Amino acid sequence: MSEYEVVIGLEIHAELLTKSKIFCGCTTEFGGEPNSHCCPICLGLPGALPVLNEKAVEYAIKAGLALNCQIPGYSKFDRKNYFYPDLPKAYQISQFDLPVCVQGRVDYELEEMQQSTGITRVHMEEEAGKSVHSGDNILGSDFSLMDYNRTGIPLIEIVTEPDLRSAAEAKAFLEQLKSILQYIKVSDCKMEEGSLRCDANVSLRLKGTKEFGTKVEIKNLNSFRAVERVLEYEIRRQRQVYEQGGSIVQETRTWDDSRMITVSMRSKEESHDYRYFPEPDLVPLEIDLNWVRSLKEGLPELPLAKKHRLMEQYDLSSMDADQLTTDQEMASYFERTVASYTNGKVVSNWLTGDFSRLLNTSGLEISKVKVTPQQLAELLRLIDEGIISGKQGKDVLTEMFCSGTAPEQIIKDKGFEQISDSKALEQISADIIAANPQIVQRYQDGEDRLLGFFVGQVMKETKGKANPGLVNALLREKLKATDS
Amino acid sequence: MELFQRTATELQKMLACSQVTSEQIVQAFINRIEAEDSQMRAYLTITAKEALGAAQASDLRRKQGQPLSKWDGVPIAVKDNMSTKNVRTTCGSKMLEEYIPPYDATVIGRIKNAGMPILGKTNMDEFAMGSSTENSAFAKTHNPVNLQKVPGGSSGGSAAAVAGFEAPWSLGSDTGGSIRQPASFCGVVGLKPTYGLVSRYGLVAYASSLDQIGPIGHRVQDVAALLQLIAGHDYKDSTSVTVSVPDYQASLVADVSGLRIGIAKEFFSEGLNNQVKSAVMRAVQNLSQAGAEVVDVSLPLTDYAIETYYLIATAEASANLARYDGVRYGLRVAGDDSVAMFKHTRAEGFGTEVKRRIMLGTYALSAGYYDAYYKKAQQVRTLIRREFEQAFTQVDVIITPTTPTTAFGFGEKKDPLEMYLSDIYTVTPNLAGVPGLSMPCGVDSNNLPIGVQMIATHFSEPVLLRTAFALEQIQRKGEFNE
Repeated sequence: MSEYEVVIGLEIHAELLTKSKIFCGCTTEFGGEPNSHCCPICLGLPGALPVLNEKAVEYAIKAGLALNCQIPGYSKFDRKNYFYPDLPKAYQISQFDLPVCVQGRVDYELEEMQQSTGITRVHMEEEAGKSVHSGDNILGSDFSLMDYNRTGIPLIEIVTEPDLRSAAEAKAFLEQLKSILQYIKVSDCKMEEGSLRCDANVSLRLKGTKEFGTKVEIKNLNSFRAVERVLEYEIRRQRQVYEQGGSIVQETRTWDDSRMITVSMRSKEESHDYRYFPEPDLVPLEIDLNWVRSLKEGLPELPLAKKHRLMEQYDLSSMDADQLTTDQEMASYFERTVASYTNGKVVSNWLTGDFSRLLNTSGLEISKVKVTPQQLAELLRLIDEGIISGKQGKDVLTEMFCSGTAPEQIIKDKGFEQISDSKALEQISADIIAANPQIVQRYQDGEDRLLGFFVGQVMKETKGKANPGLVNALLREKLKATDS
Repeated sequence: MELFQRTATELQKMLACSQVTSEQIVQAFINRIEAEDSQMRAYLTITAKEALGAAQASDLRRKQGQPLSKWDGVPIAVKDNMSTKNVRTTCGSKMLEEYIPPYDATVIGRIKNAGMPILGKTNMDEFAMGSSTENSAFAKTHNPVNLQKVPGGSSGGSAAAVAGFEAPWSLGSDTGGSIRQPASFCGVVGLKPTYGLVSRYGLVAYASSLDQIGPIGHRVQDVAALLQLIAGHDYKDSTSVTVSVPDYQASLVADVSGLRIGIAKEFFSEGLNNQVKSAVMRAVQNLSQAGAEVVDVSLPLTDYAIETYYLIATAEASANLARYDGVRYGLRVAGDDSVAMFKHTRAEGFGTEVKRRIMLGTYALSAGYYDAYYKKAQQVRTLIRREFEQAFTQVDVIITPTTPTTAFGFGEKKDPLEMYLSDIYTVTPNLAGVPGLSMPCGVDSNNLPIGVQMIATHFSEPVLLRTAFALEQIQRKGEFNE
C-alpha cells in the first residue's frame, strides 16, 4: 500500500482585545442587548465612513512580531465583496495583497520534539454580525434576526504555510499560537465564544512527491478537540478515497457534529469571486518602523522561551513546565510565587497538582482565584517548618481557595496545627505501645512494616495533627527501647 | 427686488444690518418654492417647518447679539445625498424613499452650526448617476432658464433651486461633473473642491475616490463663502486632508495680471458646440485683456478620461451600492430566502442607470478582468494626475468649456454613451483630484447659459476664485456698459 503524507495549512481568525471597534468608537464588549453596540459606521448606514483604530494596528503588529513576522512599512486595506445579511456594507474591509505582517514562524513542541510552522501572513479585517434564527437552523426558520453588536470588532487572520503534517501537529501549533496571542494580550482566544476560529486546508500526497494533492478547505473547527478530531476524520476520508482509486474534489467542507463527518458545503466552481479592490475610504497605512521596533522591544517573554527558562532555572520536567507556561496567567502566578518561596520545584508540584485540580473543579480563571501567590508561598513555608503536614496543607489550600483566608488563620481556626511537642507525643506513643504488646513483639521479631500500625494509631489519637516525622522517630526509638 | 432674488452675500448683509429677519427671508423662499416648484421640481423634500423654526431661532440669536456665524440665518438647499438627521435622504432612489438617517453629514453639521436654515433636499439623478437629473426616481427637474430643458445633473435640483430663486445657494456633490455641468446648464456658479478638502462623511457614496461636496451660488463670492464654511479637515473622513484652509474671501481680487492661463486643444476638439467654443474663447480673451498670459498646454490623456472615469466610478459604485439589500433600512421586497430578498429588493429599488453602472463595475472588478479594466484604469488615472501636475508647472489655471453643449431637452440623450460624453470636460479634474469651477460666460442663440470651466492644481481654490471673480467683474462691467 502506498504511503501518504498529510499536508495541512491553517487559517486562524482571532478577535483583537481593543476597547473599541476597528473603524468606529463602539464598544467591543461581549454580549449586551442586540444592536446596542452599534452606530452609523458599523451598521454601514449610507454616507458613513470608516476611521482606522490605531490600537487595532498596534495589536496586529504585536501579533505579527510575536509570530516572528516581518512588518512591511506600507500596507493597505481592500474591500472583499459578498452579500450576506450579517455583513452591513455587503463588503468586508480586509487586506488583500499588502497585509500588515508577512513571513513569520511559530516554534512549538510536540512530544518533546521541536517543530516549526511558517506563517504566510497576518492581515487585519472587520468582524461580521451574528444571525439569530427563529428555528434551530437557517433552513428550519421562518425568519432570522440580526445582531450587529459584534460587527466591526477587529480581527486578525493568520495564515500558515502548508507545513503541518498531522492533526496532532495542527493542534499543538494552534495551542502554541493561542498561548502566544494570550501572552501578548492581543486576543483572549476563547474558541467557545468565537474569539478564536480556525479553518483548515487539508490534502494528501504520496510520500516523496513534491506537488501538493488537491486540497479541501474545512470550515469552522471551533474547539481544540474539534481541530484534531475533524482533521483526523478528513485525513482518513481522503486516504480512503485515494486507496479506492478515487480522486479528491477541490471544495469547501464543514464538520457535521451530529454525524461526526465532514460534509460538502460548496465546490470550487461555486466559490465566491470576492472582487477585491483597494478601499477608497481609507488611506494606505504607512507604518513607522521605529514604532514597530519599540513594540518589539516591549513584547514579553513568550511561552516557549519561558518554558525552557523555567525548566533550566527550577529543574522542572518538560511536562510540568508546559503546564505552567501554556497559560500566561499560570506562568505569572508561578513566577510571583517563587518570588516569595524559592523552591520552584515544590511550587510547580503544587500548582500543577492540587492548585490545578481546584481550578478545574471550580471552573475559575486564575485571575479570579482568591489565593494570592504570597499566600501560597506562606502555605508552603508553613509545611516546610513543620507547622502542618503536607496532607494538611492540601486541606488548608482548599479552604484558602474557597475563602481567600490567609493560611495561618485557617490553621488556627480549624485547629490544623501540627503537634510537634515531643513530650505529648511521647506519652501517647508509650500508651499505645503498652496497649499492644503482641504487635510490639511481632515488630521486634522483624516485622518492620508494623511501624506503620503504631504511627497510624498515634495519628488517630491526635486526629492527624501529630508531626509524622517526629512520630516516626519517637516510635522507632521507643520500640527499640522496649527491646533492650 | 424680491428677497428671493438676492444673493446669499446680499442677504447676509441685510441680516447684519437688521434690514430683514431670517424668518422673512425663509418665508420668502418658501413662498417662492410653493409657487414655482410644482413646475420646476428642484426639491424632493421641502423642510419648511424646520427652516422657519431655525430662522426664528436665528433671529433671536441676532437680537441677543449672539449669532452663530456671519451667515447665521441665511438659508440653503442641499442635495438629497447628504445625510440629514431626522429628514429623509433619498438619493433620488426608490431604494431610500423612506430612509430617515439618524445622523447629520459633517457638512450638514457645519451649516447648522453656522445657524443656516435648510430649506429642503434637492432632486438628483439616482445615487448621483446621471447628467440630466432625469434618472431621479421621483421627478424630473426642469431648467429654470427654459423649462423644456434639463437642468443637468446629477446635482440638477441644487443648481435649479439657485437659478430658479428657490434658494440663495446650495450644496451639490460632484463625482465627474455633477456640480459644474448643472451649474453650467442653469447659468450659476459651481465649484468642485480639491479631493479631500471637504469631508465626505455623511455623503452617500457613489464613487468614493471621486466624490466631493461643493457649493453652488449666484456669484463667485457666494461660492467662496460657502466653501469657507464647509472646507477643512474632519477626523471622520480619513481621506480629508489636514491642510489649513485659506481665507477665500481674500482671494476675491479682480486682478489677473501675470496669471498664466492654459488652453488645451484636447478640450476644444470635435463634439464641441461652436457657440460654446466662442463664448469660452471670449472669456479667455477677456482675461487676457485684463493682463493674464495665455499659454498652450497639452493634455493628451484627456482622450482616455471618460473610459477611465466610467471604470473607476462604476467599480467603486458596485461596492458602495451593495449595502442596499433590504436587510437593515430602505426598501425591502420579500423573497423566499435572504438571497431572493436581496434580488427582489435590488431589482425593484434601483433604476436602469444604477443597475447598468453596478453591472459595469462588477464586471470591471471580476476575476480575470480586474487587470484589464480596473487596474488599467487606475494606472491611467495616475498618468492623468501626473499630466495635470506637469501642466500646472506651466500655468496657474486651465480654462475649458464646462460642457460640449448647452442644456439639452428631456429624453434627448437616449444612448447612455451619448449622455456619458456630456461629462467629457468635467471628469478629468475628479480623476486628478484637482478643483474645478464652472461659471456662466454667455448664452447661446436660444438664450441658454454657457459655462466656462476653470481648473487649478490641488488646493488652489484661491487661484480659481480669483480668476472667476475677475471674469465676473469684467462681465458685469460689460453688462453695465451695454
